[in-house]
Amino acid sequence: MAVSIKNLPDQELFYGHKACQGCGGAIVARLALKVLGERTCIVLPASCISSVTTIYPQMSFLVNSLTSSFPATGAVLSGMAAACKAQGLKDVTVLGFAGDGGTIDIGLQALSGAVERGDDFIYICYDNEAYMNTGVQRSGLTPYGAWTTTTPTNNNAVGEKKFKKNLFEIMMAHRIPYCATASVAYPNDLLNKLAKAKEIQGPKVLHVQAPCPTGWGHGPEKTVEIGKLAVRTGLWYLAEYENGQVTINTNPKEFKPVKDYFSKQKRFRHLTEEDFRIIEEHRDTEWKILRNYLGKDE
Amino acid sequence: MTMRKASLIQGNRACTEGALAAGVRFYAGYPITPSTEIAEIMSEELPKLGGKFVQMEDEIAGMACILGAALTGKKVLTASSGPGISLKQEAIGYAAMAEIPCVIVNVQRLGPSTGGPTSSAQGDIMQARWGTHGDHPIIALCPSSVYECFTLTVTAVNFAEKFRTPVYVLLDEIVGHMRENVELPTYEEIKIIDRKKPTCAPKEYKPYKIDESMIPAMADFGTGYKWHVTGLFHDETGFPTGKTDVIDSQLNRLMTKFSKYEDEILLWEENQLEDAEILLVAYGSTARSALDAIETLRNEGIKVGLFRPITIWPFPEKVLRGKLEKLKHIIVPEMNYGQLMLEVERVCKDKVSVSGLFKVNGLPITPDEIIAKVREVL
Repeated sequence: MAVSIKNLPDQELFYGHKACQGCGGAIVARLALKVLGERTCIVLPASCISSVTTIYPQMSFLVNSLTSSFPATGAVLSGMAAACKAQGLKDVTVLGFAGDGGTIDIGLQALSGAVERGDDFIYICYDNEAYMNTGVQRSGLTPYGAWTTTTPTNNNAVGEKKFKKNLFEIMMAHRIPYCATASVAYPNDLLNKLAKAKEIQGPKVLHVQAPCPTGWGHGPEKTVEIGKLAVRTGLWYLAEYENGQVTINTNPKEFKPVKDYFSKQKRFRHLTEEDFRIIEEHRDTEWKILRNYLGKDE
Repeated sequence: MTMRKASLIQGNRACTEGALAAGVRFYAGYPITPSTEIAEIMSEELPKLGGKFVQMEDEIAGMACILGAALTGKKVLTASSGPGISLKQEAIGYAAMAEIPCVIVNVQRLGPSTGGPTSSAQGDIMQARWGTHGDHPIIALCPSSVYECFTLTVTAVNFAEKFRTPVYVLLDEIVGHMRENVELPTYEEIKIIDRKKPTCAPKEYKPYKIDESMIPAMADFGTGYKWHVTGLFHDETGFPTGKTDVIDSQLNRLMTKFSKYEDEILLWEENQLEDAEILLVAYGSTARSALDAIETLRNEGIKVGLFRPITIWPFPEKVLRGKLEKLKHIIVPEMNYGQLMLEVERVCKDKVSVSGLFKVNGLPITPDEIIAKVREVL
């Protein structure tokens, strides 16, 4: 039976956190543990989630958790996974739970090594598109045009000038057993990807977009709405890579205008028509690349 | 630039103002509490001056990037804290070995490891001296006010350029985040030092040829002077060598290259030291508590004075040794378990007894705690 919101266990393995209202990352953590269960060992690097969940004595994770040094998540996962294997522990899920900066910048080398070694773990990158824990500095997953404190929007600088790195394709290039993109706005899709990842041996990486009301500048009640708009405008896609095959989970015939997405977030309020044109062009290229994978053996 | 008005700014901002005034036009780094404001402000201010701000993918990259930029002729700076400074260590050693001018601002937080990101500490004193492997030269300056964050960053950039060396500016979190009303000097009032450039023709250039200054002339990459830079032991051509006599003389020169400039490099402050019987050796934010304690104790007739090393490394040992005549005891209050006390002991213990006052829980050492310690040793 497919996992859905309706048949999820009532048991909460993540609650009582101190995250901001409407935190997308906290939604990912809660849903993930509902699927992965209480025999999960979590490795967290420095991140929002580690900061808001490990305030003694109010620990939010009801499973084992370890806050690692910032660059080390993948390496610590490798150690845990290899040790579980050596001890014959079969029902334990080793889970990495890291933000975008901790994954795509400082943590990429360790993640790459862990995936190459083929250790049995799940890695979730909850992507709020900047270093939110230290107060909104850009990361390699900050989208084009976004304001952050290190991509300021004064007369000499107009926000982030580079596009997001593509973690999904980086993982595909490792010929990983399973990787996927997901969004907090599409929980059933996310839950089923988690369930699938749990069953597959070897490294699995999920890249989950997680809107951040504080850093993106939208109301906390808008997290899901913003997440949906990202997908409907084509600025975020839901896809999977398994057995060398790419599947696109939502493949819209046409996209909503990107302005619908940008106009609801303060971090983009300085964008011009020219910026929208650049962004749409990039979006179309990305989709072309993605659709080209369809039906082809990797 | 005309006279600036007094403004209420924090230490981290004063640091960036100092860097810009000293001519720093390149910053690369990675966000980390409690130094992040330095990166944020640099990302705003550098483009206005035609400079370049680059946010790198990690701490190692932040350090390595400024070395690349420095070789093209830029004055460069990076800032970080605790875990970030640990990650930078290999590249800092490389800078010392290859003699690349650069400034590293370390806004010290509570360690070890992730420690206390928003808590103050002075636990990186020995790391600044010996954090990277192997014997190497280093300069570390330690401000204790917002104004000094400005002036010492200027000094750090000047030292880096003049002596071709990595220079630390060691703030503690209190100094970095403290706000004070300061009137910064105008640009005209600031002395700027640029690195020495070669005067010979490009073909005759030997990048590590030493004259009596002990500091080789440095050509910018991309200007026709072709040279090789390496972290391996190298001879005056810059290329690696395994000859033991060359290795011997190179390391010897590196370790003594500041010796003839001690008058310039060693900075310190004294307060009521002339008749003091008890001496406090304190630095950074702790020196402020020491000054307050001295005022109270002096009112009670207790003869206490302060020696505040501003240049922590190289440690001003000859200066301190010259002050020991009337002293009965030395107390070193610091927010670690006695890192600088070890150095003070080494210098002074044959003449005066030394004890420490340590506090390593994220809270500052208070004047009352220093007063209590002084009473204990009286």
